[in-house]
Amino acid sequence: MSELILTSRMDAHPADSNTLARYQATGGYEALRKALNEMTPDQVVDAVKASNMRGRGGAGFPTGVKWGFLADASPRYLVINADESEPGTFKDRQLLERDPHQLLEGIIISSFALGVDQAYVYVRGEYPKPARRLQRAIDEAYEAGLLGTDILGSGFALDVLIHLGGGAYICGEETALLNSLEGRRGEPRLKPPFPAVEGLYAKPTIVNNVESISNVPWITLHGGDAYAAIGPERSAGTRLFSLSGHVKKPGNYEIVMGITWGEMIYEIGGGIRDDRALKAWIPGGASAPWLVPSEHLETLVTIDDATEHGTMLGSGAIVVMDETTNVVAAARNIVKFFAHESCGQCTPCREGTSWLDDILQRILEGEGRPEDIDLLLDVSDNISPGLGWPPAMTTICPLGPSATAPITSIMRWFRPEVEAMIGMPEVANA
Amino acid sequence: MPESAVTITINGVDHEVESGTLLIAAAEDVGVEIPRFCYHSKLDPVGKCRMCLVEVEGPRGKSLVPSCTMPVSDGMVVDTESAVVEKAQEGVLEFLLINHPLDCPICDKGGECPLQDQTMQWGPGESRFIEPKRTYPKPIHISDIVLLDRERCVLCDRCTRFADDVAGDPLITFQQRGNNVQIQTFPDEPFKSYFSGNTVQLCPVGALTSVDYRFKARPWDLEHTPSVSLVDSVHSTADVQTSRGKIIRVYGIENDAVNEGWLSDKDRFAFSAVHSDDRVTVPLIRDGDDFREATWVEAIEHVADKLGSYRGDEVGAIGGARNTNEEAFALGKFMRWVIGSGSVDAQVGDGIDPRLAATLEPRAEISDLDSAATIFVWGPDLKETLPVLYLRVRKAVRNGATLVVASPAGTGLDAIADHVIRYRAGSGADVLRKLSAGDGDFAGARSALEVGPIVGLVGRSSLAEDPNLVEVAAAFARSLPEATLLTLLERGNVYGALDMGLAPTLLPGRMSSSDEHAIAALEDAWGAIPTEPGRSTTGMLDALTDGAMKAVILVGSDPVQDGPDPEATERALEAADFVVAVDAFVTDSSVHADVILPGAVWGEVDGTVTNLEGRVQRIRPSIPPVGQARPLNAILDDLAHRLGVDLAAAKVGDLTAEIGRVAPAYAALTMDYLTFEADEDGVVVPLDQGAETFRYVPVEVTVPVVTDRMSLHLAPALYDNGVWNRNASSIADLPRPVVASIHPRDASVLAVANGDTVLVNDSFSMPVAIDGDVAVGSIVIPYNQVATKGLAATPSVSVDPLRGDR
Repeated sequence: MSELILTSRMDAHPADSNTLARYQATGGYEALRKALNEMTPDQVVDAVKASNMRGRGGAGFPTGVKWGFLADASPRYLVINADESEPGTFKDRQLLERDPHQLLEGIIISSFALGVDQAYVYVRGEYPKPARRLQRAIDEAYEAGLLGTDILGSGFALDVLIHLGGGAYICGEETALLNSLEGRRGEPRLKPPFPAVEGLYAKPTIVNNVESISNVPWITLHGGDAYAAIGPERSAGTRLFSLSGHVKKPGNYEIVMGITWGEMIYEIGGGIRDDRALKAWIPGGASAPWLVPSEHLETLVTIDDATEHGTMLGSGAIVVMDETTNVVAAARNIVKFFAHESCGQCTPCREGTSWLDDILQRILEGEGRPEDIDLLLDVSDNISPGLGWPPAMTTICPLGPSATAPITSIMRWFRPEVEAMIGMPEVANA
Repeated sequence: MPESAVTITINGVDHEVESGTLLIAAAEDVGVEIPRFCYHSKLDPVGKCRMCLVEVEGPRGKSLVPSCTMPVSDGMVVDTESAVVEKAQEGVLEFLLINHPLDCPICDKGGECPLQDQTMQWGPGESRFIEPKRTYPKPIHISDIVLLDRERCVLCDRCTRFADDVAGDPLITFQQRGNNVQIQTFPDEPFKSYFSGNTVQLCPVGALTSVDYRFKARPWDLEHTPSVSLVDSVHSTADVQTSRGKIIRVYGIENDAVNEGWLSDKDRFAFSAVHSDDRVTVPLIRDGDDFREATWVEAIEHVADKLGSYRGDEVGAIGGARNTNEEAFALGKFMRWVIGSGSVDAQVGDGIDPRLAATLEPRAEISDLDSAATIFVWGPDLKETLPVLYLRVRKAVRNGATLVVASPAGTGLDAIADHVIRYRAGSGADVLRKLSAGDGDFAGARSALEVGPIVGLVGRSSLAEDPNLVEVAAAFARSLPEATLLTLLERGNVYGALDMGLAPTLLPGRMSSSDEHAIAALEDAWGAIPTEPGRSTTGMLDALTDGAMKAVILVGSDPVQDGPDPEATERALEAADFVVAVDAFVTDSSVHADVILPGAVWGEVDGTVTNLEGRVQRIRPSIPPVGQARPLNAILDDLAHRLGVDLAAAKVGDLTAEIGRVAPAYAALTMDYLTFEADEDGVVVPLDQGAETFRYVPVEVTVPVVTDRMSLHLAPALYDNGVWNRNASSIADLPRPVVASIHPRDASVLAVANGDTVLVNDSFSMPVAIDGDVAVGSIVIPYNQVATKGLAATPSVSVDPLRGDR
């Protein structure tokens, strides 16, 4: 690995990487000084554009391009999406707990660049410790004149407020997050208008992921071109992957994209536990269609290669399944999650996801019927017409189509196994 | 091609449609139906049900989009019938049905159900769902009159959007998530809304039903009569639905000029009074302390002979505001020509100068509110008196209009008003002077009133005020930029009655009763009529008390209940030599009558009515009159015959034609025009400019003397102790408990706490509510309630804490 951007400090100073003292002792807030003293807001925006960094929340939309959509109205808001809820994802948690000042510096620089004087961090409700760590960092920053009015004597003012979510997955969707932040039901909004035009309190708003903004200090300090030079052209920079499941060394890994999936699982992940055979893996969170060893071990870990193979890097959550995995049970686990987390506002997601869950549960209980295979696929098709990638939707947001990913995956790669389970309680319960 | 038009292609055919319209509406306009549940033209789109998905071509090929949230743009290519669209539609319908109970055979909506209909047209033939369905206890009461069946609900968000956005009563909401999402009220807070019935009508399935209609009829058995509500002077256009000779249900008709489809719950549910067991169904003649039943022949002879025994000016008529224009016209003609009395008054002393109400210009139309920059309300609480007009003001404010509200007590509009002017009842004249000058606290409101177009809604703000104060308010409102005005009389067809000359100062067609030419024209048509204005209701009651008048005809009016001074009114009716009531009920007033003639009512009568903007609409009979009840015009025609005169009032059509001949403002109006040209919209009179316009003459306004007593403001309430409300079963129990509201400062002077009992005028005891929205020195008591029965609307009252051994 050529260079670590996000995790070098926490690796070097595990005891106190979250403190302002350690952050500043290791070059922290130099980027902020550079931005405030030597750069115009537009120059910061240009640097982020030049970095080619693509959003780390899941959709992979270029951050600089998103910034370019921000409407010219006041006030405008920056909202950090720290509602890290995609099953298998725990990278933002590490950034929040162990290097909150890096995020905070990114927030301050980004706010300077975007003309924002109020930023919010929406932290998922199940993250009390990360929220505490971030709050302590915010308190330290106010104390040190890094937040509040006249930051570092520059005249720039910014307030940052943490908002704890109530525990709904859907609030990670940026418009549902904004609704929740406003005190409304966490339901995705219709788009357009997009948040950059009409977001929080109907004002122009940029919503960015924790990891995306944590990269901003480095980009500011070293320039967008330097960042763009790391890794493949369209998957620039380093990226934090949360590796979990049946690997020997689960955990968060910051890597430069462009390695193969085989390297990811066998070298970085240390291979499969008990040296069993690899059966499948989810490359980018529960919403992502699965990959399998017979086809994808040589595939490169980049955003575009993932798309080409009908899936995504998403939130960077890799869940590895070995040969002992009951894929129907695994798929049902994911579908059940989405059915539970559906906000319920649109028909196909509300009714369809729980129907899929019911059918899978019935199959697992040995009550499956031969026609259930076509039924599962057709119900999925009524949520995500064509079952292609990127998914088409009859729904308002991608949550419903996400529930079809495990179904299309098991039907594509493990159909005989599913068929074998139909009407056979002993197989189902094995 | 008009500038605002764009060309879109739907299913291969080019159409010119208005730019900016939503695709679903544009398609409908050109005859392409796209199925929908959540979409409703009067609600903001939410795109939730996904039923209206269509394919639209974009830069990356065709994609499915909800047509209810997609505005049309030039060159848009749309496919509403492709295989992908059909599969999506079938899929959505299947999803909607998997957990639906499919209890259509016992569902009130069955037969008029969009879910049924669209399943037939767009749905799958059969279900593939074999899992257990989602169940809920059902139905649950979400208010006194609305029930919710959550199993049938498709979560379209119509009822909730209506409650939040249109009605401003955000009392129902989505709870839970995923497939447990359900509509619910907040704990211990029922869906108490004056507009709750609209949610039943909006519901695209049988989830919301009204208590009074449940299991009463099947839609295909119902007969429909397009008509209007006569509950208040807005005249919401309504479909009166009957089965086997009974009115079963009233639905709003989408008339954008008037009510946009909405009804108040009183509009919707008051009909059951028509079928009340307490209806007077045969003529009654006094027999000692009681009444005995009589034949029409006997009753007509008795009444005609009595009325014929007095001098013309000894007889008066009070009422007519609940009748049709034709009935009112017949009454005016009977009184002025047959009896020879100009003492006719459709108001009962609680109103405003009839000349102002009938002829104020420039008169606004209700729809002018939509384009008003500023709305000025000086008058009673619109939410309580003219609730559908209140909705229209709310809509205007939601769309950006500035709202200035002045009132002696809190009103339903205060929450959305930009400027609220609160004053002690009785000090209105002073407040208007200061507002006009923009003094001090009034500077903000005054400058808001500089931005036109302005619609002024002016009415009698309190019975404590001099009635002439309305004229001062109207004069001020008229002086505002691009101002148009509506006056705010409430009662049923009061504007029609005034237009027909049921006021001492008015002749039919908005003419002055002192106008020689108008008198001469009528005398040419009829014969001699009085040349001097007669007495108003107050004047008639005084004259009955002191003997100057002998007899009075009460026409569907209850001045004891509705007028400002119940005791004095009772004394007058007792003193009268002869009282005849044409009424549907024995009321607190008609109980004093010598004869009660059963009058036909709304739902039973044919004719025309005129609302507060001067709009004439057709009112049609849905059922024959109950019992032996008869329309007023037929009764008067018989009375006239007995008196030897042909009133030519037996047929409604003859009266409509005569109105056109002798009432200048109605000159161009014919029943054919109204029926075939105006259709459900009605038409605003005058169609031409024949009518004399109101000329404002400054009037003296009495400022009530401020004493150490408290100013009384009797606040009107939608649900009251009026005879119709009492007799309409679904709303009879809805009047709120009576409380006397006073300002915290007065509460501390009186040393009373919330809930303590106070004694008003030494005889009315009621609990006190401490309310910062009340002006200092005022006491606000709901008007026309059981507990305040007999309380006179005097400018001030004594208020004493009731202490003792409670």
